[in-house]
Amino acid sequence: MAVIKTENLSHVYSEGTPFVKTAIDNISIEIEEGQMIGVIGHTGSGKSTLIQHFNGLLQPTSGKIYIDGEDMWADKSKLRDIRFKVGLVFQYPEYQLFEETCYKDIAFGPKNMGLDEGEIDRRVREAAAFVSLSEEQLMKSPFELSGGQKRRVAIAGVLAMKPKVLILDEPTAGLDPKGRDRILGQIKEYHQEEKNTVLIVSHSMEDVAKFAQKVLVMNRSKVFLYDSVENVFARAGELSQIGLAVPQITQVFMELKKRGYPVNSNVYTIEAAKKEMIRLLEKGGEVRA
Amino acid sequence: MNDFIEARGISFSYAMEDDPNPIRVFENLDFTIGQGELVAILGHNGSGKSTLAKHFNAILLPDEGQLTVDGMDTQDNDKLYDIRQEVGMVFQNPDNQIVATVVEEDVAFGLENMGVEPSEIRRRVDQALESVGISEYKTHAPHRLSGGQKQRVAIAGIIAMRPRCIVLDEPTAMLDPQGRCEVMRTILDLNRNYGITIVLITHYMDEAAQCDRVVVMDSGAVLLDSTPKEVFSHVKMLKSVGLDVPQATEICYELNKAGYTMPTEVLSVRDCADELQKLIERTYAAKRKAAKLGGKK
Amino acid sequence: MLRDITIGQYFPGQSPIHKMDPRMKIIATLLYIVMLFVASHPLSLIVGIAMLVLMYRVSGIPMKMITKSLKPVVPIIIFTSVLNIFFVSGDPLFQFGFIEITRQGLMLAILMSVRILCLIAGSSLLTYTTSPIELTDAIEILLNPLKKVKVPVHELSMMMTIALRFIPTLIEETDKIMNAQKARGADMESGGLMQRAKALVPILVPLFVSSFRRADELAMAMECRCYRGGDGRTRMKQLHYSHRDWIALCIMLVSIAAVLLLNRILA
Repeated sequence: MAVIKTENLSHVYSEGTPFVKTAIDNISIEIEEGQMIGVIGHTGSGKSTLIQHFNGLLQPTSGKIYIDGEDMWADKSKLRDIRFKVGLVFQYPEYQLFEETCYKDIAFGPKNMGLDEGEIDRRVREAAAFVSLSEEQLMKSPFELSGGQKRRVAIAGVLAMKPKVLILDEPTAGLDPKGRDRILGQIKEYHQEEKNTVLIVSHSMEDVAKFAQKVLVMNRSKVFLYDSVENVFARAGELSQIGLAVPQITQVFMELKKRGYPVNSNVYTIEAAKKEMIRLLEKGGEVRA
Repeated sequence: MNDFIEARGISFSYAMEDDPNPIRVFENLDFTIGQGELVAILGHNGSGKSTLAKHFNAILLPDEGQLTVDGMDTQDNDKLYDIRQEVGMVFQNPDNQIVATVVEEDVAFGLENMGVEPSEIRRRVDQALESVGISEYKTHAPHRLSGGQKQRVAIAGIIAMRPRCIVLDEPTAMLDPQGRCEVMRTILDLNRNYGITIVLITHYMDEAAQCDRVVVMDSGAVLLDSTPKEVFSHVKMLKSVGLDVPQATEICYELNKAGYTMPTEVLSVRDCADELQKLIERTYAAKRKAAKLGGKK
Repeated sequence: MLRDITIGQYFPGQSPIHKMDPRMKIIATLLYIVMLFVASHPLSLIVGIAMLVLMYRVSGIPMKMITKSLKPVVPIIIFTSVLNIFFVSGDPLFQFGFIEITRQGLMLAILMSVRILCLIAGSSLLTYTTSPIELTDAIEILLNPLKKVKVPVHELSMMMTIALRFIPTLIEETDKIMNAQKARGADMESGGLMQRAKALVPILVPLFVSSFRRADELAMAMECRCYRGGDGRTRMKQLHYSHRDWIALCIMLVSIAAVLLLNRILA
């Protein structure tokens, strides 16, 4: 069953004013449970508006949204409980930290869920372990930590709520390559262990290629593509047409194909590229000889 | 090329409030930047690159050693504003460096501080807006602009002061790909067509690859300092200090490791495709040759 | 949504009022307020209302903006009117038990209500037709004489500019932080006063922290652009009084004279 399902979902900002803007337009998608999905699209393509609907922060102007089979806006009193099923980590989440210690900050979400002390403690420690925060760091003020550490505390704060769906909006923005790989690695680990659904909004196709099983491409308020990574990157031409750059390595292989070599141009990671090249070098050539 | 910025044996440490031992950022560092150069400084967070950049316009002063800008010592208080006029600085967060509520007023801010004549300010503001391509937004409120546009407003505010050098501290870190592209184009244009020395601090390898010179810093020392091609060929070393290389370089490096002879000084898609093509043809030719020989046997 | 709030409410335009020197606009607004208060008879206030309508017409600001700007003061007007109507003694007009409405009371109520309405509508026109930056510039120049008595006029105006610049940014940021905490299950809509006040902590703390960070970075950016206070500073935009401004001043003075004359006649 789809964990998130939308039916003709639309959202219009400032309706009835001259600034009216359709942010998402008639979107119907189903997000299957247990997937790791990359969400890409330009600024203003509607991806932020869409993910805010998944968490119930925005109410659709028209259309329906189902979380785990339940109509999110059918009964407003249930909204809060449904919302706990979808954890949302915003861009630069470190700017939302406020507690005296990291421990307390991570506990904020679980506490709001009304869990008992023992459960809260267990979840905080578990979440901290996922983002590799030490016991000593947990007791520190979040404001004493480095930028990358702060971000991990903020992410742990959402992990501790154990949402069925975890959504992260550009979790690696502004980090150096090491910090970036570290956080993506930790999220992937979390996903593999918890078997939950993870959506990551990213501008970097290279990153998406590294972690995602499926890719959701937004363009001009609509879903442009929603398919497996292979199928999405296979349409690199269309992607560059709407101004999204495919990974450099994919471009290299597309160029080789254009020059007449029988390569598989659906290559988007270095490992895959290496394998493909070696296959070509070892298996090929004899035919031509 | 004349040395424009010259650091001789500079050391710097941060004093932390509740820590008696100051944190040493760099020690006895020598560093020069030539007039008209386009230099990228790479390094992971905490490698000291931002701290070094802040020395270039006397925001920070070295504890030991000497740093001169166009022959002026940054320790010399009388030259402070001359130095800051010659070396402009653009920061990461465009929101936190725009002072005024109208784009053109913000671009004028530096000139007003320097006490330039009003008519001259007007002229230079218009020129600066033109050169970064945001003239049409000159009467807009900055918060209505996109990240890339805001960052270009910040750059225009610096250019209007007619600096000889601009230091940009991760100017694209908070931007989307389109904004990054706009800012990079502006930076390259300023260097190529206006001869302004550019020091670009960045985390993005593709941006560094577009520069003439790449300096890699790690724990307060210069690890590598050469052309982008040369620097990125040190794939293993870069990875060990938490940096990345362009994928085009990495695939060549990986194939090399797998026993195929490949040049590793490759940066662009085209170069990479060329080299891979050569490799394929070479390998196939060798195979054909081997097959012929085998046939003869 | 917080984002929909606009501060300063400036409507760009090319009308003669938009083009007036902001200094004269402030002076004229002050004179207009003086005029409203010297009008001691409801009829002399007609001059004030007529001027208001005329100025809005000339400026091209839609009339409905008047009602929009007046909305927040309606409770104040009702309150003062009630006080005036019921508690001012004089010739009774109407009596019902202990409630007595006097002629003077009614007059005063009308007078005060019209004054307040005109005052708000008139000064709103100043902000509708003047950009915040022009306004701060004008205030800085008009207050310049106070520098002699050590009032930090330049610093105050710089603070105002920066505040105006950062209000939209901070509103946006508040919106973001609120959403982020809501996504973590923060409940800001229910509970008693204490609970609600407590629910603000997760929003205010990050907001303060980020404001300090912004202030720090802005200060550095300003230093990099050679900022060293108001001394020796020039301005790109120079303010010049034109014929238009002197005409406006004359109109204001004549109107005040007219009001004074009307007061005499009607008294």
